[in-house]
Amino acid sequence: MEHLISCENVTKEETEEIINLAFKIRETIREGKKKFKALRGKCIINLFFEASTRTRTSFEKAGKFLSADVINISASASSVKKGETLIDTVKNLDMMHPDIIVLRHACEGACNTIIPHIDASIVNAGDGCHEHPSQALLDTMTIVENRENLEGLNVVIAGDIVHSRVARSNIILLKKLGANIFIFGPSTMMPRYPEALGVKVLSSFEEVAKIADVLILLRIQLERLNAKKVFPSLREYATFFGLNKNRLKMLKKDAIIMHPGPVNRGIEINNDVITSPKSVIFNQVENGLAVRMAILTTICGKKNKLLEELNA
Amino acid sequence: MNNLLIRGALVIDPSQNIEKRMDILIENDKIVKLEKNIPSAESTFIIDAEGLVLTPGFIDIHTHLRDPGYEWKEDIESGSLCAIAGGITSVCCMANTDPINDNATVTRYIIEKAKQVNLCDIFPVGALTKGLKGEEIAEIGQMVKAGIVAVSDDGEVPRDSKLLRNAFDYVKSFGIPILCHSEDKTLSTGGQMNEGYLSTLLGISGIPPEAEEIGTIRDIMIAKLTNAHIHICHVSAEGALKIIEKAKKEGVKVTCEITPHHFTLTENNVKTFDTNTKMSPPLRTAKDVEACKEAIAKDIADIIATDHAPHSKDEKMVEFSNAPYGIIGFPTLLPLSLTLVEEGILTLSKLVEKLSFKPAQIINRKDIGSLKPGQRANITIFDPEEEFILTEEMISSRSKNTPFLNQKLKGRVKLTVRNGRIVYNNL
Ligand SMILES: [Zn+2]
Ligand SMILES: [Zn+2]
Repeated sequence: MEHLISCENVTKEETEEIINLAFKIRETIREGKKKFKALRGKCIINLFFEASTRTRTSFEKAGKFLSADVINISASASSVKKGETLIDTVKNLDMMHPDIIVLRHACEGACNTIIPHIDASIVNAGDGCHEHPSQALLDTMTIVENRENLEGLNVVIAGDIVHSRVARSNIILLKKLGANIFIFGPSTMMPRYPEALGVKVLSSFEEVAKIADVLILLRIQLERLNAKKVFPSLREYATFFGLNKNRLKMLKKDAIIMHPGPVNRGIEINNDVITSPKSVIFNQVENGLAVRMAILTTICGKKNKLLEELNA
Repeated sequence: MNNLLIRGALVIDPSQNIEKRMDILIENDKIVKLEKNIPSAESTFIIDAEGLVLTPGFIDIHTHLRDPGYEWKEDIESGSLCAIAGGITSVCCMANTDPINDNATVTRYIIEKAKQVNLCDIFPVGALTKGLKGEEIAEIGQMVKAGIVAVSDDGEVPRDSKLLRNAFDYVKSFGIPILCHSEDKTLSTGGQMNEGYLSTLLGISGIPPEAEEIGTIRDIMIAKLTNAHIHICHVSAEGALKIIEKAKKEGVKVTCEITPHHFTLTENNVKTFDTNTKMSPPLRTAKDVEACKEAIAKDIADIIATDHAPHSKDEKMVEFSNAPYGIIGFPTLLPLSLTLVEEGILTLSKLVEKLSFKPAQIINRKDIGSLKPGQRANITIFDPEEEFILTEEMISSRSKNTPFLNQKLKGRVKLTVRNGRIVYNNL
């Protein structure tokens, strides 16, 4: 694997390899080991043009746990504000000879834009409304952990599908692994052509509850809503599309609930849900670190070295 | 006396229903004779065009020459050089320059500069509204006096329908057409590509074809109301073509154009996030491309125009959503149009009509678009069979923003004559 841009280019086998490696990493971390030498001498730049605590911290820790040199650059500190283009910024950073640039950017296809201009490998940490492949890999790991086999599993993604890179990456990857994907939310947040994504739109929570083995709730991006006028009020969203105690009871007994975080408590999800045994939200965070360590190691071609350390 | 005899070409002149091997004699800037076997004694300068096709010079009524104000993208000279290399001897240039061509001073500047450059006819298009703002009617009369051949707010869209009604009514008295970029921008706002399957996959904000359809209906309704002649620019959506077809049947004075990229490429070309596939209106679906071809075959689309829109490399070398809309069109006009003939959509003669005679009629120019003796000698000679790879070096435009760069094309311009003078020679 040279880059990780889109789940379109990740095969089923690659997914399984990354997830298996991530499980091994997680085991060792749980045993208290937090330092590996696999990426010693490697340089990773986290280039974030959008605010993000969770994903950036996760990538930063992943690099540091692997002993790579990690440089964090956020948009406010970079020269982008001085009118430098993305390509110029990245070209300049490439002169530092990083092995990997982890990029988050507000524009769809930002990774594709820079690839022809640099030598480093690119990991897409979210490009606009396009994709967020490391999130899909950690979500897949979390589902695998609870269900083992994804074949025929019904996954429902609820929320703003149109503007969600998490939804797009998950749909592509989980379908590759044999899951059936459904989407749910206000019609204004459903794509005009759901068939393009190979998903079915559900129209009521009753349907969701009946079908879902896995329910992924997306974060409602409050900043997006006011501008686009896609629903009248948060109260109305919570009433019709949020998950609460009563709805929780309607779900299948063994259904699991996921959320990419950070959550808006009381809107798409409330306290009862977060603390319910069905919720695997905190596992997702833990898996996120392990998956990102596995991704960075795989891209640097140091998988065997890391396995030696893990098996030691 | 300056004269030029071109021998042996297949002459195609739809204005006279001519399609046969003939010789053509030019004296000074005029065509004087179009006959079989004109004796060589009649001219001192002879060109052998055996095996080539000779037609009236192409007329491109939708271009952006960026001069004044955006000369790093294009200027009148580089634009002219690029046009004549594409066999185009007349271009209409849109008003979205800086300053905007919404007054006679800017119009005169363009005409003056075109005269100095003196490579092809440049007919300025004036703004319909002051500053392209859609608030007040521009001084159209003054600009007509200075030499504009049409008005257009292309680049923007007037939102106020009452103002549009007044503007259409006003333009009528000057006998020039209104070139409409028909779009409901309140519906397409934020859109970067066609709203369809691909935009769903890429997460890119879509421009629904309905935005074009609503814009087209609105403009046609106002044309019907005012009885003005409107010409709808760059039609790209099947639905919009249906609306135009119906309006034509009802007798509304509406004509329209389709660009080569809209009858050649689909939204699938956007897949790689290549900013040279970003334009307005956007590339649509295969179904729309088929509809465009059918409209050309059925004469619903009167002409082909390029919407030549140069942007520098720096401007296009950015993220897809941050890139400006538009691609250059002069270098690919002929080869892409010839594919229509190859596919049997059109006869060669019909194609030539849509590239020369018909556009001349739309802008009311009787001195171009025909090879009748007495006409100004604007002539294009091309080899429909020659294949070539389009390289940056071949493009005289300041900008090279075309998705056809480094691709193999078929149909090459060999010689361009304007006002009796050879301005481009690739024989
Ligand atoms: Zn336009
Ligand atoms: Zn235009």
